[in-house]
Amino acid sequence: MKTDDLIQLLASDTAAVQPRVWRQRYALALGAGVIGALLLMVGMLGVRPDIAVVAQIPAFWVKFAFPGAVAAGVLLVAMRLSRPGVPLGLAPWVIPVPVLALWLLGVIELAGATPEQREVLFWGTTWATCPVYVALLSVPAFIALLWVMKSLAPTRLALAGAMAGLLAGTVGAATYALYCPESGASFLGVWYLIGMLVPTALGAIMGPRVLRW
Amino acid sequence: MKDKTVSTSEERFRDLLLKGLAGDAALYHVFLRELSTHLRSFLRRRLSRLPDDVEDLVQETLLAIHNQRHTYDADQPVTAWVHAIARYKLVDLLRSRSRREVLNDPLDDQLDVFTESETEAVDARRDLAVLLEQLPDNQRLPIVHMRLEGLSVIETARVTGMSESAVKVGVHRGLKALAVLIRSDHED
Repeated sequence: MKTDDLIQLLASDTAAVQPRVWRQRYALALGAGVIGALLLMVGMLGVRPDIAVVAQIPAFWVKFAFPGAVAAGVLLVAMRLSRPGVPLGLAPWVIPVPVLALWLLGVIELAGATPEQREVLFWGTTWATCPVYVALLSVPAFIALLWVMKSLAPTRLALAGAMAGLLAGTVGAATYALYCPESGASFLGVWYLIGMLVPTALGAIMGPRVLRW
Repeated sequence: MKDKTVSTSEERFRDLLLKGLAGDAALYHVFLRELSTHLRSFLRRRLSRLPDDVEDLVQETLLAIHNQRHTYDADQPVTAWVHAIARYKLVDLLRSRSRREVLNDPLDDQLDVFTESETEAVDARRDLAVLLEQLPDNQRLPIVHMRLEGLSVIETARVTGMSESAVKVGVHRGLKALAVLIRSDHED
């Protein structure tokens, strides 16, 4: 086929294109990911029975603020990675800010605690299962976000996969927080983070294969 | 002087593309035609060692630009967007080519005397028409009638017995499927 024939053919497919459609797609994928994670969690674990009580403690809300703040930075980077020729600029530097803030909070909290309290704050009783559940609950968002990323046009596939994975990890973390009995900042900063990094690594590995276009 | 020509073509591309994205088929056609000339010289400069692959890559890039046109943002320079897509496709080609060379004999190293002008289209090596044959009828027929016979959507709908919207959807999906076929073609 000659190039002119191809051009003729392409020009015949002219449904108008919705501007900035990626925003809507990311919103849909995140929404679907959250709903999927909630269903999974209620099915697997249930919701903690004392949720109405703990919801009045500020530390409970830190568990949502942390993944929420990470998600905001990652979303910014992911949307830039989804489109060819868009420079990342300073956006990637936003991502570690909430992590560092939480670590600082964790250090302050541990410094002011007795040795026995420290052990409870850092290890809790669920450190071993927490990363597993965070990673498991990120699966619906992981699938939805990779699908959205692929429907756009990322050119740095490993990085794009990693950011889709990290964003999914924040969904898993925020959802698991509804069940998780721990409240130490250092607990969040280590075990939640490890859970979030599992889909990140998986996305980085899968990206070059599944995101090609 | 050079900056001036660059910004003029940027403005023209931008204007044509935005109208094309809004649904103006005639201006979109002009955009693709002028873009193909631009892409050909862009890729020819970067693929000087594989001149026979340039036209294939021009076609593949045009198809990718079309299929991914929803990722263009009016805030962004068209040339930055187009070049990023062309570079992505170029890297993809070189990567699959180097993989293949490890497995098979190296490409013949005959001297290619290069006579075409910078922007003149030559025949592509990979014929997209052959790949088109692999598509299912509801995608292939609308494409074949509209391309080969130059029929309109309405005429194609009448000839194939499909509805007009099915013809449009068929072309749209067919072009996406064609990009997937090209990709698996690289990997064979």
